[in-house]
Amino acid sequence: MGSLNEPIRRPLTLDVSGLPSVAFGHRNTTWLANVFYMAIEGMMFALMFAAYFYLRTRSTDWPPGHLPPGLRYGALNALVFVVSTIPAWIVKRRAPDCNRRAVRNGLLVLALFALAATVLRVFEFSALNCRWTDDAYSSTVWVLIGIHSGHLVTELIETLVLLAISFTPKMEGTRLADAAINSDYWYFVVVTGLMVDFLIYGTTRFL
Amino acid sequence: MNATRSLIAASLAQAMPLDPGRHHMLHAAAPQAGHIEWLYWITFWILFAVFVLMIGAFVRASAKTHVEAIHPLPILEKDEKADRRAGWGVGAALAVTVITLFVILVLSVITGKRVEGLTSQNPVTIQITGHQWWWEITYPNPKADQTVTTANEIHVPVGTPVVVLTNSKDVIHSFWAPNITGKRDLLPGYSSAFWFQIDRAGIYHGQCAEFCGLQHAHMGFSIIAESSDAFQAWQQEQLKTASEPSTSETIRGREVFLTHACLMCHTIRGTDAGSRVGPDLTHVASRNMIAAETLPNTAGALAGWVVDPQRIKPGTQMSPNPLAPDDLQAVVAYLQSLH
Amino acid sequence: MAVAEPILANDQDTGQSELAQRLARTWSQPKGLWGWFCNTHHTDIGIRFMVTAFIFFLLGGVLAAMIRLQLIRPENSLMGPDLYNQVFTMHGSTMIFLFAVPMMFQGFGVYIVPLMCGARNIAFPRLNAFSYYLYVGGALVLWGGLLTNTGPDVGWFAYVPLSGPAYSPGHRADIWSQMITFTEVSALGVAICLATTILRHRAPGMTLNRMPILLWEKLVISIAVIFAMPAVMVASGLLLLDRLVGTHFFNPAEGGDVLLYQHLFWFFGHPEVYIIFLPGAAIVSTLVECFSRRRIFGYTPIVVSVVATGFIGFSVWVHHMFATGLPQLSQSFFTAASLMIVIPTGTQFFCWVATLWYGRLQLRLPMLWCLGFFFVFLIGGLSGVMLASVPVDLQVHDTYFVVAHFHYVLIGGALFPMFAGIYFWFPKMTGRMANATLGKWHFWLFFIGFNITFFTLHFLGLRGMPRRVYTYGPDMHWQGLNVLASSGVIFMTAGLLVFLVNVFRSVRVGGIAGNSPWGDAGLEWSMSSPPPPYNFLHVPTVSGRDPLWEDPPDQPVVVGLRDDIRETLVTHSLDADPQHKDEDPGPSIWPFLSALTVSAAFVGSIFTPWAVPIGAPPVIATLIGWLWPRGQSPTPRQTGESWVH
Repeated sequence: MGSLNEPIRRPLTLDVSGLPSVAFGHRNTTWLANVFYMAIEGMMFALMFAAYFYLRTRSTDWPPGHLPPGLRYGALNALVFVVSTIPAWIVKRRAPDCNRRAVRNGLLVLALFALAATVLRVFEFSALNCRWTDDAYSSTVWVLIGIHSGHLVTELIETLVLLAISFTPKMEGTRLADAAINSDYWYFVVVTGLMVDFLIYGTTRFL
Repeated sequence: MNATRSLIAASLAQAMPLDPGRHHMLHAAAPQAGHIEWLYWITFWILFAVFVLMIGAFVRASAKTHVEAIHPLPILEKDEKADRRAGWGVGAALAVTVITLFVILVLSVITGKRVEGLTSQNPVTIQITGHQWWWEITYPNPKADQTVTTANEIHVPVGTPVVVLTNSKDVIHSFWAPNITGKRDLLPGYSSAFWFQIDRAGIYHGQCAEFCGLQHAHMGFSIIAESSDAFQAWQQEQLKTASEPSTSETIRGREVFLTHACLMCHTIRGTDAGSRVGPDLTHVASRNMIAAETLPNTAGALAGWVVDPQRIKPGTQMSPNPLAPDDLQAVVAYLQSLH
Repeated sequence: MAVAEPILANDQDTGQSELAQRLARTWSQPKGLWGWFCNTHHTDIGIRFMVTAFIFFLLGGVLAAMIRLQLIRPENSLMGPDLYNQVFTMHGSTMIFLFAVPMMFQGFGVYIVPLMCGARNIAFPRLNAFSYYLYVGGALVLWGGLLTNTGPDVGWFAYVPLSGPAYSPGHRADIWSQMITFTEVSALGVAICLATTILRHRAPGMTLNRMPILLWEKLVISIAVIFAMPAVMVASGLLLLDRLVGTHFFNPAEGGDVLLYQHLFWFFGHPEVYIIFLPGAAIVSTLVECFSRRRIFGYTPIVVSVVATGFIGFSVWVHHMFATGLPQLSQSFFTAASLMIVIPTGTQFFCWVATLWYGRLQLRLPMLWCLGFFFVFLIGGLSGVMLASVPVDLQVHDTYFVVAHFHYVLIGGALFPMFAGIYFWFPKMTGRMANATLGKWHFWLFFIGFNITFFTLHFLGLRGMPRRVYTYGPDMHWQGLNVLASSGVIFMTAGLLVFLVNVFRSVRVGGIAGNSPWGDAGLEWSMSSPPPPYNFLHVPTVSGRDPLWEDPPDQPVVVGLRDDIRETLVTHSLDADPQHKDEDPGPSIWPFLSALTVSAAFVGSIFTPWAVPIGAPPVIATLIGWLWPRGQSPTPRQTGESWVH
């Protein structure tokens, strides 16, 4: 292990040279960081949801003096979200197989869905039937959908960056693992989006 | 009648010299504060005993210390017997802790029920609304002309349950008279009720206890507990409209009041001044202090306050009034006539 | 295998070992000014956190001295209300956000956790560096505010509506809110780094059951940070929106609610104080073990207590709101929970007593500070039990009694262990011993001064003196006690000056420390002081909770990690079995550049909402620069590559 000059100090050894140098799935440390990140953002959503229901208890009328947010674009976007899980799943499935082409195509389709969702989101904002300065209800609705839009846009950009990398020779082990983790985060965006939709479009109609 | 009132107030002020019990939560003057004081002392002595035991344990545990050794001493071998004994010790200490905490919990809940348990069919109802930096005091009545409105000085009859309804016009304040009962926050958008009853006549002071801005430190109030008759008399006086000025100086004073900024914020019932922004001054001379217990209600203090309130309470909502000396003297005389 | 001599397996021979030279080359950090901003090694970043946090501690202390001077006389005119309100708000905000968490959790955690785990660096080293720069950004924003007369003046928890647009015009409260954003993102970043390091980079053999108590605590606190910080981000974020773009979250006139803010804030605020206290308690557990010369009694109960405190800490927040007039039943619940949290803390105390009792106490300087902690924190904890009961709380809430309580638990629970930890790990960080005599002077001056000041405040609270008052009337009979309280400042200041002299002197001429001057058990004592850039010559393995006490002389070391790239070992979360290898990204300028762009966006958004769309592209650009794969060819890794699901 060392030169002859080293003192005779021979502990036993544990040889790890045969271990893989990249991991997919839950063994990957970036996966763990992503889980923590989803916990943080999930907690923020949970608190915003709690704030929404708390403000509801302080009001007799809900929505107070507004029509509920218009359904059309929200429903369309919910559909886009649900279908978008398919390319996300494909990326996740193909990445460990080192199928660079499938991953690249999956990222491309996913990016298109994310773009579509973003565009639809703009229309959603205009169909909310209220302005954030109107009252606490309006503020909450705008901020709920606003925070989620932040995640959506971040995800869109991240998917585009990964897509760009997938066209370069740098798309090797760790980057493929990153693409799979990106799909996990996309699922998070979809789930939180559907929950926000439920609150904004659903509970305003039956609460 | 007016003279009698101020005489009574002055005597009361004299009769209760500023003793160390003023504003002291452990000098209860009402059953509510009394219950809390009881709980405080029981808890204190229990915890003091805990403190003595714990410090004793640490002292005993660290008594045999090897300070002189500079190099690390050898590690002690694992001692099963010692660990077993330690286990029993820790277990016993934990058991005592759990029991002690449970006892404190029970005592706390009991005391809470005692403090909150006061109720009555015929309470005196007071609405207290917090403002930056004064207290709006109203004795609501279904008939508007039977509603007493004043500021900073609360009167209650001795031995009668009082229910306070809280509100705030601006930020969060907290109503706290330590000799009487625990504090209650005044929250904009909320009205909550709390009860107290004072069994001993006297003047009890309180202060805002929730940071509310620049003059939080100078937002005091007083509660004057007096006999039922005195209380009724006070209420009747407060319901009257303002005294008519009778001297040339006070007439001039009213003129000054109604032609300067004063009427923009203050009400003097019976005149054109009807604004609710600042305290109601209809009977300002009947109060012991002004500026939320910051200054005594004397001519000199009033004059200083009227001319430059910012010097005394920087940041207060009242703007300076640079009056000519004659005008100032007149308006002060007028205000001092409003018993 | 040849039998090893009973010396540490990872003893370093810099001069002789070729391995050491290769590792030093691979793991060294760049020099110079540019290099300083590229540094991603945890020991360097950790020391930066600690030094910066200590500077803000001193600044916060200056503010405290100003408060005590103002209160020495009724109707004193040293400070008017406007300046006073800024001073006390800055004092609290600085101490909590710029000192306590950055020192106890971030700085100290970042420094020691990888060493205790047996890792060469922290996980996500660039995120770690980014967190430091963001913390500095937040600190500069806050203090820049004070120095330009825009310091926040609404108290460190900034209740609405006082901090809202109607009653706090200008940018003071905005600066406070954005400082929160900076420091909370920073803390969250470090939490992710530490939690990942503890879960995935422990030395093989270090099962959860063999983890030092300090690593358990850092793991629990990281999780607590992850779930608590979002609450204050929401609270301050909604406040900013109310102030800057006209939302109505906290405006009762438009359906908003002032208590919503308090719930959101204290849902963070209470776990926050355990985030500050539990690191102190873990330092005490470590030192009590070392200086009793025996393994700690009650490892499992202590670990369970740390976890339980982390949990229960999330269920007591309403005890800050007892005066708001909530229903009695809910008040009783929160009293019960607040009393219940005494049980795990008490358990730790009893186990410490047991360890000392059945140990062989060697009362060195760090242990003296631990004894001080026992005394001071105990008093604070007991006054906390009084506060848990609603009727008593309704009298002493928002008075100097509470001020006394929280200074006893914060200074007792964090500051005393901090000094204990500084004196204990100073030799590891600097290679030299701090002077013990000066250290004792520091202790006694500070201990006496602290008690003079803060014990007195209990009485002021009982006598009705509320918090946050810039002055008081002469007829309140508060002056005498205020003078007494203020006099303690002299002793505390003297003690801190002695400490500074000690540090500056000892760094240059203190005794050489060697690897392990205290004979402690942790892995951090197995390499030279200060540690080399690669931490361990060989990544260690362990077979017991107290490695340097228990592990046999031939305890295996890890071989097979490449020394020409920054290869690290990833192990299993539970039993620390080796799983796969990973590569540390090395020094990078992108964390610093990203912190600059993010800071610009945060600061800009105080002044205009357009800062968000304008500030976003530079942020995106720097983040892409950060995440873009590095210039080197991936071939060296690919040759050894195989896949794991």
